[in-house]
Amino acid sequence: MVTSLTRRSQLNTEVGRLERMLEIRAVEESIQTLYNDGHVRGSTHLANGQEAVSVGIASVLRPTDVVTCTYRGHAAALALGVTPEGVLGEICGRVIGCSGGIGGSMHLMDASVGLMPTFAIVGAGLPVAAGVALAAKLKKNDSVALTIFGDGSTNIGAFHETLNMASIFKLPVIFVIENNLYGEYTRINLSTPISDLADRADSYAMRKEIVDGQDVDAVINAIQSAVDFARAGNGPSLIEAKTYRYSGHSRSDPATYRTPGELDEWKKRDPLDIAASKLISKGALSENELETMKSDIDNRVAAAIKTVLASDGPELSALMQHVSAKG
Amino acid sequence: MTVMRTRQAVIQALSDEMESDPTVFLMGEDIGSGGPFKATEGLIEKFGDTRVIDTPISEMAFLGAGVGAAAMGMRPVVEMMFIEFIGVALDQLTTQGAFFRYLSRGAYQVPLTIRAAAGAGMGFGCQHSQILDQWFRGNAGISLVIPSTPQSMYGLLRSAIRSNDPVVILEHKGLYGERGDVITGEAGIIPIGQARTVTEGSDVTIVAIGSTVLTAKVALESQSEWSAEIIDLQTLVPWDKSAVMKSVAKTGRLVVIEESSYSGGWGAEICSEVVSKLWGQLKTPPHRITSPDAPIPYAQELEKRYLPSSDYVVSQINELLKTGKSPAAWWEGAK
Repeated sequence: MVTSLTRRSQLNTEVGRLERMLEIRAVEESIQTLYNDGHVRGSTHLANGQEAVSVGIASVLRPTDVVTCTYRGHAAALALGVTPEGVLGEICGRVIGCSGGIGGSMHLMDASVGLMPTFAIVGAGLPVAAGVALAAKLKKNDSVALTIFGDGSTNIGAFHETLNMASIFKLPVIFVIENNLYGEYTRINLSTPISDLADRADSYAMRKEIVDGQDVDAVINAIQSAVDFARAGNGPSLIEAKTYRYSGHSRSDPATYRTPGELDEWKKRDPLDIAASKLISKGALSENELETMKSDIDNRVAAAIKTVLASDGPELSALMQHVSAKG
Repeated sequence: MTVMRTRQAVIQALSDEMESDPTVFLMGEDIGSGGPFKATEGLIEKFGDTRVIDTPISEMAFLGAGVGAAAMGMRPVVEMMFIEFIGVALDQLTTQGAFFRYLSRGAYQVPLTIRAAAGAGMGFGCQHSQILDQWFRGNAGISLVIPSTPQSMYGLLRSAIRSNDPVVILEHKGLYGERGDVITGEAGIIPIGQARTVTEGSDVTIVAIGSTVLTAKVALESQSEWSAEIIDLQTLVPWDKSAVMKSVAKTGRLVVIEESSYSGGWGAEICSEVVSKLWGQLKTPPHRITSPDAPIPYAQELEKRYLPSSDYVVSQINELLKTGKSPAAWWEGAK
C-alpha cells in the first residue's frame, strides 16, 4: 500500500500537484453521498475551492516540518500525503481511518508527514504551532511549523497573542490565513473592519504577503519565501491566501447568505482549471490526458470508498487506549 | 537531607530536572526575576534565557506553545503566576494538550508540566486565591497534584516533569514559606498517584491534600480525645484509592477536609467511593469539611473563616464522634 510519504513526493511535479488537487475535489464531492447513505456522523467542513492553498503548502514543506490545521482539514491532510482511504476512513469512523476512527472529520492526523491532529476549536492550532517552532529553535534544527486557519480565526485572542509572541521570539512559524470570505455563516465585512487580513501583521512587526489562493504556483512562491525566511532564522510570516469555499461552513449550512452570483464568479477562477490550463497551454498535458486523469481519480476514490466501507469500526478497546501513557 | 522552604524546594526540583534533562525548560511571566513568590529565583542566572523564557502576558499563547513544544519532545514547565490566569487559556490544556495522545493514537505525547500558585489565606482577594482543582478533575488525560510540604513539592514536581502526560501542580501560596526537611535526588522523588500516611490512628481517617494536611495535623495535635490516620492524597487525579480504602476499613470513619467550595468538591468523590466499597463497615457517615459556596473574601477575619480552620475541624470531628451523625457546616442555618 502506498504510504503518505510516497504520496507527498508525488507533489514534486506540476502534474502531480494538479492530480492531487483533482483528488481532493473528488474526495470532498463524495462526502455528501456518504452522508446521505448514513456512513458519516456529526459534521464535516469541506474545502472544495481551496485546493491550491493546501497543495501549495504541502509542495514546499518537508515531511519533517509540522502543520497544525483547522477542522476544515480534509484538503490539507490529502495534500500532505494522507491517502483517500485514511481521510474517508476517518470521516466514516473506520479503523483504517488516519486516526483509527477515533477522531472523525475534524481530527485528521499523520505524524509521518507532520500533520498534528487537526484542531476543532477556532484559533487553537496557532499557539501549538508556535510551540513546535519554539522546540525547533531550542533544538537548533531548521524545521519550521506552519499553521493553517480561516479568516474567522483572525478575530480570536489566540491569533493576536501568538503572532505577538512569535514575532518577539523570532520563531520559525508560518501563519497561513485561508481567507475564504466567510467565518462560519458570516461574511468577513460584517465581522472584521479590514479586508486585507495580512495587514494585521503590521501590529506585530511581522513579514506579510497576500497571495492568490486559487493559483497553486503563486501559493508555492509565497510559502517558499516564508519558509526560507524562517529556516534562515529570521522569524515568522503571515500569509493571506485569498480563496473561496464552494460549500457552506459545514454540512448543515446551505450557504444561502452568499451574494447572488458570487459563487459563479469564483468558479470562473477555479484552482483546478487554472492549474490545468497552464499545463495544457504549455503542452505539458493534453485535454485527453486530463480527462483520463480525472476518470482515474474518480475510480481511485470509488475504490477507496469501497475499501473504507468494507473496513470495520475500531474495537471497543480503542476507547480506553492512549488516554494516558499508562493506557 | 536539607532544611528548605517550600518555594526553595520548587527551585531545587526545577534545577535538578534541568540539570539531568536538557529538554526541560521553563516558560512563564516574569519567571526570570523569580516571580512574586520567588519560586524560580536564580534559575535564569544558572540556565540562561533559552531555558528560562520570560513570556508576554499571553497565557493562551505560551500555554499552547508548551503543548506544541512538548509534542515535539521537549519537557516544558509552564508557570501560571496565579492559577486563575489559566482561565483565559484553558482550551490549550483541557481540549488540546490533554487529547493529543488520544487523537494521535499515541503518535504525539504531551509531557507538559503546569505550575501555578493557588490557594487562599494571603489576602489576595477572590481572583487570586482559589484552588480551582475542579477545573482539572474529570478531564481525561490530565493529572493533578497538590503538594503539602517542601518534600512533597520537591518530589511531586520532579515526577510531574518526568511524566509523559500533562500534569498540573497547584502550589499553595500559603505553604511557600513553610520549612521542612527535604531529601533531594532520586530518593526524594514521589510518584504521582500515591498517597502518604502522615499519622497512624484508629478512630477516624482524615483525607486531606495541600494546605488541609497541615490543618488536619494541627487539629489532631490540639486534642487528645481521638486519634486519627491522616492521609495526604498528594495527587488528586488519579487519587490513591487503595490507601484511602485500607485506612477507612481500619478506622470505620472518614472525614475529608477540602479548601474549596462544598458543591462539586473532590471530597464528594472520595466519600462516594468509600460508601460504595465499604458499605456496612462504616461506623459513622462519611463527612466533608469544606469551604462554603462563596467567592473568597478579602477581609482577614472573613478569609480565615472561609478556610476550614483546625478548631473547626476539631469541633466537627468531636460532634461526629459524639452523635454518630454528619454535623452541619458552620454556614448552615446561619444564613
